[in-house]
Amino acid sequence: MHQEQFEKLYEPVWKQMDLQLARMMGSKKSQEQQVQGDSAGHEFASFPANYKKLCNHYALAKSRQYSPVLVARLHHLVLLGHQCLYTSKRSWFRNALVFIAAGFPQAVRQNARYFYLSLLIFLLPATVAGYFTYTDPVMIYSIMDDRQVSRMEYMYDPQNKKPGRDMERTAETNVKMFGFYIRHNISIGFRTFAGGMLFGVGTVFSLFYNGIILGGISGHLSHAPYGMVFWPFVAGHGSFELTAIIISGAAGIILASGLVMPGNLTRGSALRKVAPASLQLVMGAAMMLVIAAFIEAFWSPSSLPPEVRFAVAGLLWSLVILYFIFAGRKHGS
Amino acid sequence: MNTPCPQLDTTFRYETPEGIELELRPAGPVVRGFAWGIDFGIRAIAYLLLSGVASLLGGVGTSITLIFLFLVEWFYPVIFEMYKRATPGKSILGLEVMQADGSPLCWSSSLLRNLLRAADFFPFFYCSGFISMILNNRFQRLGDLAADTVVVFKESRNWSTKVPKFPPQPVPLPLSLREQRFILDFVERAEFLSVERRGELAELLLFLTTGSHKQAELALLAYANWFVRGR
Repeated sequence: MHQEQFEKLYEPVWKQMDLQLARMMGSKKSQEQQVQGDSAGHEFASFPANYKKLCNHYALAKSRQYSPVLVARLHHLVLLGHQCLYTSKRSWFRNALVFIAAGFPQAVRQNARYFYLSLLIFLLPATVAGYFTYTDPVMIYSIMDDRQVSRMEYMYDPQNKKPGRDMERTAETNVKMFGFYIRHNISIGFRTFAGGMLFGVGTVFSLFYNGIILGGISGHLSHAPYGMVFWPFVAGHGSFELTAIIISGAAGIILASGLVMPGNLTRGSALRKVAPASLQLVMGAAMMLVIAAFIEAFWSPSSLPPEVRFAVAGLLWSLVILYFIFAGRKHGS
Repeated sequence: MNTPCPQLDTTFRYETPEGIELELRPAGPVVRGFAWGIDFGIRAIAYLLLSGVASLLGGVGTSITLIFLFLVEWFYPVIFEMYKRATPGKSILGLEVMQADGSPLCWSSSLLRNLLRAADFFPFFYCSGFISMILNNRFQRLGDLAADTVVVFKESRNWSTKVPKFPPQPVPLPLSLREQRFILDFVERAEFLSVERRGELAELLLFLTTGSHKQAELALLAYANWFVRGR
């Protein structure tokens, strides 16, 4: 068959395909209306069959070495058809709800060993640093320089009317601090995760470094007069914040496990296999960090008696722990 | 498909369940660098505008600016890739993002490839990403590798060129299908070439054409009509 005959014969199919593709890829609203309406069913009913025909035409045109422009046109149609046929459309809102209620805690439980490894990498240096800075007040200077130390001491000084804020930020409103915590803390979480892609070095460094700094500060500030300001301040939001950072670390370690221990797969396919689970963990951690930023900005600086704030902190911690132990157990995994 | 000659370009193929091959042309580091630059400019302008307006609102305004900055730093590409297939910078340069199997980008892949930007950036200015891109044949940066995505050139949409009508003429010696296609390709591309260049190219086929530039070109046109339309 000559190319011209071929074109004449199948042009109607390609034209129809053009129309169907334009409608399917057009505005989402009109498309949803179409899908719900009865008439829409008829209109798109022929799409898969047309797509199959089109694939056939493309293969023919290619093997018969028809002119490149024709082949390119058919390829373009095939590519768009492929994308319309193999797309997945689900309600993201429902997905998000299911994820919070079940998917996220399930994912954390399934990857419990990475969570504990991440916790260990964070907690070990934190405990050691905390022990030394607690027993020896000068030790803190081997972790931070004196400007940073005096800033920390200022933040948790009982004289400071706004605990948890340094000299530059005493005048800031809680709302502004919320924005600051969101950006600062979630970025740390994301970077800790992304570090997994560098064979885990970035993740381990981030966890280790934050462990030393946070442990060191906690040890140093446990002494009077700072202790009674510091601990009530951090106890509440620490529940969500620290857990989320550990989970981000676990997500990074999962990525790294694909690269470092690919097993029988190539590194590339091992990576792609573990990536979805790691993404679930880091997105869940980001949501937790939003909650943590909210608590840190609006609840932690409150001037209620420490007993009340410790009680709330206890409540928050048990909430987090119970969530990860029990949520999503019934929802089939 | 038969591919008798070794591949010279960066096109890669994906075989679909229907048994045909999709051809995708991945975009290299230079064009993606420019796209990133354009996006950076857009983001900077948006940030300056917003922080200007927000500064009138005091503490709430600063908070909004900081949250906006956070969202733009991490999620600007995700939103554009999901709703427009590419960020404005990529669109301007004719690029789009898709899964490596040619299907549309899904949310998790878009999130993954953009969160891992931080790893691509390491230690400064996308060094890791650049090394990763030049080490694999699809120009994937680290985020693309994990998310199984590619940044490809959109296909140009010029399907209008046709082989011009001309009295057909049989070829003096039998040509293989592939050789016939080269002639068709030449005739279809002819309108984008200068007259001199057309003549020059046509004259190269000494065993098919004779005479001057113009004559050689018309001979090829006649053969092309023979291939496409027959007698």
